[in-house]
Amino acid sequence: MSEHSYRNSYKSPPCHKIGTSRRDYLPTFIVWFSAIFVSAVFFWILSSIIWHGIGQISWEFLTASPQNAGRAGGIGPILVSTALILVVCIAVALPIGLGAAIMLSEFTATESLFGRLVRRSLDILAGVPSIVFGLFGFVLFSNVLGLGFSILAGGLTLACMVLPILIRSTEEGFRSVPQEYRMSAAALGLSRTTTLFRILLPAAFPGLMVGMILGIGRAIAETAALLYTSGYVDRMPTSLLDSGRALSIHIFDLSMNVAGGNEKAYASALVLVSILLIINLISFYLSNHWLRRRIMPI
Amino acid sequence: MRPFILILLIGLISTVAFSIADESSQDQNKNEKELSGKLIITGSSTVAPLVSEIAKRFESQHSDVRIDVQMGGSSRGISDVRQGVSNIGMASRSLKENEEDLFAFPIALDGISIIVHKDNPVTELTDEQIISIYTGKITNWKEVGGKDAPITVVNKAEGRATLELFLDHFRLKNSDIKPHVIIGDNEQGVKTVAGNQNAIGYVSIGTAEYDSTIGIPIKLLPLDGISASIENIRNGTFPIYRPLNLVTNTLPEGLTKAFIDYAGSKEVADIIEGQYFVTLSK
Amino acid sequence: MSHYRSDDILVWTLRACAITAGVIVLLITAFLVIESIPVLRSVGLIRFFTDPSWHPAENLYNLTPMLWGTLFAMTGSVLIATPLGILSAIFSNYYAPPTLARFYRTLIGLLAGIPSVVYGFWGLVVLVPMIGKLEPPGPSLLAGILILSIMILPTIALVADSSLSNVPGGYIIAAASLGLSRWTTIKQVIIPTAKSGLFTGVILETGRAIGETMAVLMVCGNVVQTPGSLFEPVRTLTANIALEMSYALGDHRSALFVSGLLLMVIIFGLILAAEWISRGRIYE
Repeated sequence: MSEHSYRNSYKSPPCHKIGTSRRDYLPTFIVWFSAIFVSAVFFWILSSIIWHGIGQISWEFLTASPQNAGRAGGIGPILVSTALILVVCIAVALPIGLGAAIMLSEFTATESLFGRLVRRSLDILAGVPSIVFGLFGFVLFSNVLGLGFSILAGGLTLACMVLPILIRSTEEGFRSVPQEYRMSAAALGLSRTTTLFRILLPAAFPGLMVGMILGIGRAIAETAALLYTSGYVDRMPTSLLDSGRALSIHIFDLSMNVAGGNEKAYASALVLVSILLIINLISFYLSNHWLRRRIMPI
Repeated sequence: MRPFILILLIGLISTVAFSIADESSQDQNKNEKELSGKLIITGSSTVAPLVSEIAKRFESQHSDVRIDVQMGGSSRGISDVRQGVSNIGMASRSLKENEEDLFAFPIALDGISIIVHKDNPVTELTDEQIISIYTGKITNWKEVGGKDAPITVVNKAEGRATLELFLDHFRLKNSDIKPHVIIGDNEQGVKTVAGNQNAIGYVSIGTAEYDSTIGIPIKLLPLDGISASIENIRNGTFPIYRPLNLVTNTLPEGLTKAFIDYAGSKEVADIIEGQYFVTLSK
Repeated sequence: MSHYRSDDILVWTLRACAITAGVIVLLITAFLVIESIPVLRSVGLIRFFTDPSWHPAENLYNLTPMLWGTLFAMTGSVLIATPLGILSAIFSNYYAPPTLARFYRTLIGLLAGIPSVVYGFWGLVVLVPMIGKLEPPGPSLLAGILILSIMILPTIALVADSSLSNVPGGYIIAAASLGLSRWTTIKQVIIPTAKSGLFTGVILETGRAIGETMAVLMVCGNVVQTPGSLFEPVRTLTANIALEMSYALGDHRSALFVSGLLLMVIIFGLILAAEWISRGRIYE
């Protein structure tokens, strides 16, 4: 009870200034050392990639087709395939994820069996290894549904992987909408549908966006799930039923299977990391910018 | 309103994308004059690069044709073509007895060679030495005339024709081999040996020759005193060689037939030789 | 509460969505089981642990060496990443000035976003040759452990960071007013309070380590053996599936699905264990 008032009335103290004493030198050293160590490893990896990859990046590289098993040429068709896989993934995951999140946060009591079961299964889904998703996608989408090696199969598999993240984040977004909104809407006699679409959805939109962007980030980085669903073909795809090589698979192929492919692998890795960086920045900007534009709490 | 425009956009893109999917999913066209349609070819990772290049050239001559080449191993290629999952299978070996109901069309010859790093002083190994190295009885290069360094044995993963032929020739079982690194495709083997001065591996001769010509630091060792060259495969003196086959379930017709004929014709001889395989004399 | 027709349609649509999302896990398990049945029927489950080795071509299906590979890689990486991760969180919360802390948190966030292939690639071209010079062959359990540690570090760091920042400010002020040194405060007050959150983080990172495929496939050497030393190559269950799946037929392919099922069981057990242990602690 007294903690409650502490929590509300004290801002977090300037923790880095309290309690220094002679006995603290060793722990302080260890803590700083581990932080520096971790940063050093990060910069080592990042600088490796930038150093070896930056020389190859050019407009030519980003648009041309791979030649000679990828040792020469560029990654144009691969970027297109990756984009298409992502579009399929989001087009499928967004509606289902949004629907499920709304269901869980708005229309289900927290303790109901239905809600608990669905949440539990989503938690497990979030922990399933990516190669098992690959197996699943291979059996269900490629074999049973007959899609073979195709962008569609890859996108559907990725949609399954991305659902838990999307749902969790969207649910958070809905939870953060103040209860007053819903009560006011009910007092005004609005149907729940109208409340949802006109009031709650716009207010929860930042959460949804962040979830979608996290999902995209996870999907782009995914390799194992795509190995057996969208395949290796590195030509420009002409339909969703064509096999297409995603950027992460291209990096994998170049580094493991192509002697002399390391340079292009570095360049592709640089492109991939840059794309992810941009996505992170967008989500950061969105969550700040949008959050500030929301309706002020009543 | 803006969120809805976003969702509408996504819906629009997916609709457009799906309609592209619908349009292009045609079946194989039986009309031979205007070749169009899609071929799915799966199978051996040794044959795949060759067939990919041939397919690219074929596609450039027939703009409505699309050929997808996927690797999966010789056995997989044969099984796929049996089940109708693919149109043509690629196999880097001749058909076994229980595969006699299928049709095989050899397009080239290839061999399997032992490779070591270019800077490795060893220039030749006898069969017994190779067997001893692979079964772990010889573990240091100095025992076979090389540097004083432990040998890194590179073996292929199960299910690949190259592995089967290797085991067959040296009369070994896979459980006898004591590997240090296991690789999947030929190129991976080349890459591993090129990256490790004390490694030894075995890959397809075509792959190894091609890579050593473009500067990858490996060299091919002779077997039984016979050097691993194209000539020796062509005249049949090199001990381990195999045909590269295109396999079909039924007598090929239409687009399949056109492609197989093309792959066996003189027009692609330069592609075959460019990848250091042996063309079959017609 | 309200009786609009559109609401009923809405609820049913939403219910359908939630059911679809919830049913995927069941579908995955079902398909894994269905595909595993052929080999379970012809070879039996016991042989997956008692056969002399994993050589499917000779009808031998022992999964244990790969199980050890997964377990060793996981244990090693968790042992390295957990202290580093928790120390990182302690750093950004209690030792770093605010700007530096923000910078460091961003860094960890970026680390979390780097794809596993990129880590694997870096491991392959930088770490493996380094280890190879130390002790051949290079691709080894050690390489796998190191790369995995880097990969799971952000997970534990981020979760620890959020649990540490949830410790009530009042505790820290109280400890300071009692004259406790900073490290004593952290060790005796803050960490015990944040215990359950830290524990969740460990579970999450363990799950990630078990499930990682690409990076270990690229740096571990992929030899099926129970490793005798850190420098020997290993193959994990995940890498096994990725390596052999496209080439496997019949019983071999079915056996790979069995190993996938085994992975699911392990993950499921992990999540259950986490829930069971933290069940009594919510109100601590």
